[in-house]
Amino acid sequence: MSAAGPAAELSIETTGLTKRFGRQMAVDGVDLAVPKGAVFGFLGPNGSGKTTTIRLLLGLATATGGSMRVLGEEMPGKLNDVLPRVGALVEGPAFYPFLSGAANLRRMDAADPCGSGATRRARVHSALERVGLTHAADKLVRAYSLGMKQRLGIANALLAPRELLVLDEPTNGLDPQGTREVRSLVRSLAADGATVFVSSHLLAEVEQICTHAAIMSAGRLVAQGTLTELRGAGQARIRVLTPDPGTAAQVLAGLGLTATLGTDGRTPGGAGSGAAGSGTDAALFASLPGAPAAQEDGGSSRSVERAAVQPEAVVAALVAAGVRVRGFATEQASLEDRFVALTGEGFDVVQ
Amino acid sequence: MLCALAAIPILIAVAVRVSSAVPAGRGPAFLDRIAQNGLFVGVTAMVVSVPLFLPLTVGVVAGDTIAGEAGQGTLRYLLVAPAGRIRLLIVKYAGAAVFVIVAPLVVALTGAGIGAALFPVGPVTLLSGDTIGTGEAMVRLLLIAAYLAVSLLGLSAIGLFISTLTDVPVGAMAATVVLSVVAQVLDALPQLEWLHPWLFSHYWLDFGDLLRQPVSWDSFAANALLQGGYVAVFGALAYGRFITKDVLS
Repeated sequence: MSAAGPAAELSIETTGLTKRFGRQMAVDGVDLAVPKGAVFGFLGPNGSGKTTTIRLLLGLATATGGSMRVLGEEMPGKLNDVLPRVGALVEGPAFYPFLSGAANLRRMDAADPCGSGATRRARVHSALERVGLTHAADKLVRAYSLGMKQRLGIANALLAPRELLVLDEPTNGLDPQGTREVRSLVRSLAADGATVFVSSHLLAEVEQICTHAAIMSAGRLVAQGTLTELRGAGQARIRVLTPDPGTAAQVLAGLGLTATLGTDGRTPGGAGSGAAGSGTDAALFASLPGAPAAQEDGGSSRSVERAAVQPEAVVAALVAAGVRVRGFATEQASLEDRFVALTGEGFDVVQ
Repeated sequence: MLCALAAIPILIAVAVRVSSAVPAGRGPAFLDRIAQNGLFVGVTAMVVSVPLFLPLTVGVVAGDTIAGEAGQGTLRYLLVAPAGRIRLLIVKYAGAAVFVIVAPLVVALTGAGIGAALFPVGPVTLLSGDTIGTGEAMVRLLLIAAYLAVSLLGLSAIGLFISTLTDVPVGAMAATVVLSVVAQVLDALPQLEWLHPWLFSHYWLDFGDLLRQPVSWDSFAANALLQGGYVAVFGALAYGRFITKDVLS
């Protein structure tokens, strides 16, 4: 379709995407790059501009500035060519309460000029089957539970074979079984070669299903990349438990690491009594620049970036200097740590 | 709503039937003729429902077109489907237009039906003094319904435009109905005579011309032209508004 180059491999690409409502910047210079075939987690606190970005991508709202390409086509110019290839669930499902689930899907499908009437019944049936709603197909949507409506919304996105699925909070209102089903559904869609763009604030969910992620905060894109990169960018740190903090700090400084004396509550209470005359254990922390992200994987999975200082080298140096190492750990920043570091703590989230 | 519209001629017919003879010259036009000829129930019912009842139902339907979908949240899914904004607008207006055609028809036919059931039906004396047969009278009745349908097309275009301005369907409905009442009030003020030919409600009650022999098409043509102008202007406004609207509901 489009010329060869990096653009051809991106399902969604935005440059400086901006949306202003009055004086408020809802989306502020967002450069998204969603690779084809990825399961892309779009993270951010409530009100950070996720849904607005999705609305811009789907042509529901007009961008104030910037450009975007979806499935290799310029948007919103090629909107009517692109949208039939995109399935979407935007800000919760919405249906006609006085129609049955199947009738709602048929009506939505009729709105799509590409949806052939001949295959409509079969496609509606298979979409309902895929989300496990066959038994409620002829029930009025008025009588649906929140979870059932959510499933129907996902079924609506699956009415036709799609190259891109945009799912805004797909597991909202679903029970644990439903959440699991959605996860496996997303995986199977990705296995079929579709790109899945999932917006969520449920980090655990994103960590489980996504290959890539981006984090929004107050309308800005603050981080983006593969999940491994994102976690890795949050620095791993080492924790040394020793009664000789002074010497240890010198050794660490010799390795180019800055040690800080930690006061976390994880120092075992009885540690000090173990060796006579040793004093209390102190916990020393130091960040490992560019530490491998998948350290615990039995050494089999080496990360993209080799650490400047390997943790084992730190231990060797400490022991060689006569530091009594009583505990040593590398702590990997989780996605949640990274998320909180980027978007703020508690209710202090930037609006 | 069509049932509510059908209730009007039934109410009129039953009221006339159970009460004593109506003194001529009182009540809505043609009311005194009903007892002699049942076909006049349809005409009377249309006269009665033109100022408020028909505009009310049309306002509800036209005001609901876009705002109703927006309020329900289905608008975004229709657009993402993608229904196409122009296509959606045209289909929605066509839906409102169908209602506009059906609504006066329901009043006319129910009226004729209940009139025939409760009163004698016979040749009708027209305003010009000529007498026509029952079949010809039915044609005239349908002509009046068609006249009213054309009359309400302008109002439904206004309703469609207002409907693109808001996500609250009730607001759009109310605004449309209020506008129709305001237009009729302005039409009644002699001081604003210069404005009258431009009001969409100006020709609403001028279907008397269709009850002459031969039929005088002047008011029908003037009305159609005026309504066509309203459809063009408010259709364009609705298009301009809807095509650039941010759908945030």
